[in-house]
Amino acid sequence: MTTVRPSVAQPPASASTTARDLLGVSRLTDAVLRRWLHGLPGVDQVGAEARVAGLGTRSIKTTSKAWAIDTAISMIDLTTLEGADTPGKVRSLCAKALVPDPTDPATPRPAAVCVYGDLASTARNALGDSPIHVAAVATAFPSGRASMPVKLADTRDAVDGGADEIDMVIDRGAFLSGRYLQVFDEIVAVKSACARSDGTSAHLKVILETGELATYDAVRRASYLAMLAGADFIKTSTGKIAPAATLPVTLVMLEAVRDWRELTGTQIGVKPAGGIRTTKDAMKYLVMVNEIAGPDWLTPEWFRFGASGLLGDLLLQRQKLATGAYSGPDYVTID
Amino acid sequence: MSPTTATPAADPRLEVRKTYKLYVNGAFPRSESGRVYAVHAASRGRGAAAGAGSRTGALLGNVAQGSRKDARDAVVAARAVVAGWAGATAYNRGQVLYRVAEVMQGRAAQLAAEVADAEGLTAARAAATVAAAIDRWVWYAGWSDKLAQVVGNLNPVAGPYFNISAPSPTGVVAILAPQRSSLLGLTSVIAPVIVSGNACVVIASQDRPIPAVTLAEILATSDVPGGVVNLITGHTAEIAPWLASHRDVNAIDLTGAADATGVDWGTLEAAAADNLKRVLRPEGVGSQAQEPDWSATPDLHRMTAFLETKTVWHPKGR
Repeated sequence: MTTVRPSVAQPPASASTTARDLLGVSRLTDAVLRRWLHGLPGVDQVGAEARVAGLGTRSIKTTSKAWAIDTAISMIDLTTLEGADTPGKVRSLCAKALVPDPTDPATPRPAAVCVYGDLASTARNALGDSPIHVAAVATAFPSGRASMPVKLADTRDAVDGGADEIDMVIDRGAFLSGRYLQVFDEIVAVKSACARSDGTSAHLKVILETGELATYDAVRRASYLAMLAGADFIKTSTGKIAPAATLPVTLVMLEAVRDWRELTGTQIGVKPAGGIRTTKDAMKYLVMVNEIAGPDWLTPEWFRFGASGLLGDLLLQRQKLATGAYSGPDYVTID
Repeated sequence: MSPTTATPAADPRLEVRKTYKLYVNGAFPRSESGRVYAVHAASRGRGAAAGAGSRTGALLGNVAQGSRKDARDAVVAARAVVAGWAGATAYNRGQVLYRVAEVMQGRAAQLAAEVADAEGLTAARAAATVAAAIDRWVWYAGWSDKLAQVVGNLNPVAGPYFNISAPSPTGVVAILAPQRSSLLGLTSVIAPVIVSGNACVVIASQDRPIPAVTLAEILATSDVPGGVVNLITGHTAEIAPWLASHRDVNAIDLTGAADATGVDWGTLEAAAADNLKRVLRPEGVGSQAQEPDWSATPDLHRMTAFLETKTVWHPKGR
């Protein structure tokens, strides 16, 4: 096993160079990328689904459960991505992130608040100088159907608004029709747009929108393509398409980041998003992270949940452990 | 064995035995714990006076032994449906309750046999008990659109306002069903709770659960929305404390705590105080608590115990 190296944000200009070195070619083309991506081993669909079903039967109790609940809370990207979002709603979400459970100050805080780009500055102001990150979706989320200059302007706008993390969507149309180089170039360009004037850079999460990719093989290819282009995180879904995050899809992505670190030494994070609503769901994901990718990924730095309702259920379970009585939705804030 | 029912030895029919399951969210799951417990018939002829502990009769079946997690799931189901059920018109709820009586009538023979086995009654007395239970549904069904007139009020106030108090359901109610009266008593605790728009989680009589399971099947086929009544069979002493302390349960009916093995209703009431649940105590004092006489015509107290009062002020025009 290779030693753990924190992902060093590569200078964007070198993403293509790194990719050429890795693929052993002098010039990246659709044909080169296609040959490489389609050379990846296929996913055993039945095997993957059986594996997650098996892992889902693990029973997590008592102190392990308490640890898992707190870990899961600290991994949440508390999300509101509605057309009806207002600054007031974002501020109340931030207040919830700062004090998830007023009845228990020991409750950990979520990792980030995830909003649309135009509300990033509102979120940043509401969170003050707390360590909670602001994540903003960009690049014509959720469809990704906009011209490149618009996507880059969208990204820069969110970064200027104070976003610490950018959640971009890939162009699924281009990916599915085999224009891999276009997807690659877009990710590289957005990554460079994440750079701030002081030389630092916002973390880039690349949303594959697995619900539109149809097969696990395509999910594996999209994961590798995103990692090759310099993604810091790969994220399953926008949450706007059903199915959103599923366990088998996340398993394929966890295998991809594990193998990527073996291959390049660079660790990439994973974020399932959408459809994760209960503590039991979250536990299944944590078990899978530990078993597939390994314990190195069991921190908010490398694994996140994109969710809004999940926090409420985790808090209810936390209260149940603390008081010994079943709690109810009256005892957590509504979103 | 009469000659007409004798089957040739060459063609024996396999007995089709019934799996007695829980009733949660309109479905019939087994207990998540996978457990069952044996239920025996009461010895015949001793009547309803035969208490717990005298279960020496034939094995009636293995009944699902519900756990705290089954109760937890039932509360979630009840909470999800209570807004819709409370929002239904009183007229509609009355029709649904009457429908329960209609469907029960069609299965009266089965119920009578089960009640006779469970309570050790003669066939005639069991049939009379079932008839009384059916009539109890009709009695409560009639109250659905009359309750507001009787317990609501137009209050005189010192100002140009109408001031109207109207009853509204309290929400999710946990019910400890009577231990002895397995059908009439059960009906008499469920009907008054749901007629006003509450949803309920019922722990059936521990030693006499089979009529309750059949009632659940009747409820499932008589327009009662899934989740309005959830029925858990099992050990009352095991499940009741979890419902008493459950923060998302708004009220608890402790009627069945009288005579339940290992249940101290005072402890349950203390646990219920944690989130200010409404509590309906069993009749009698302390350990002298006992089941009421279910054959008597009920009064309103089982309905009013699970109501909140909503008062609105409305400007009075000319």
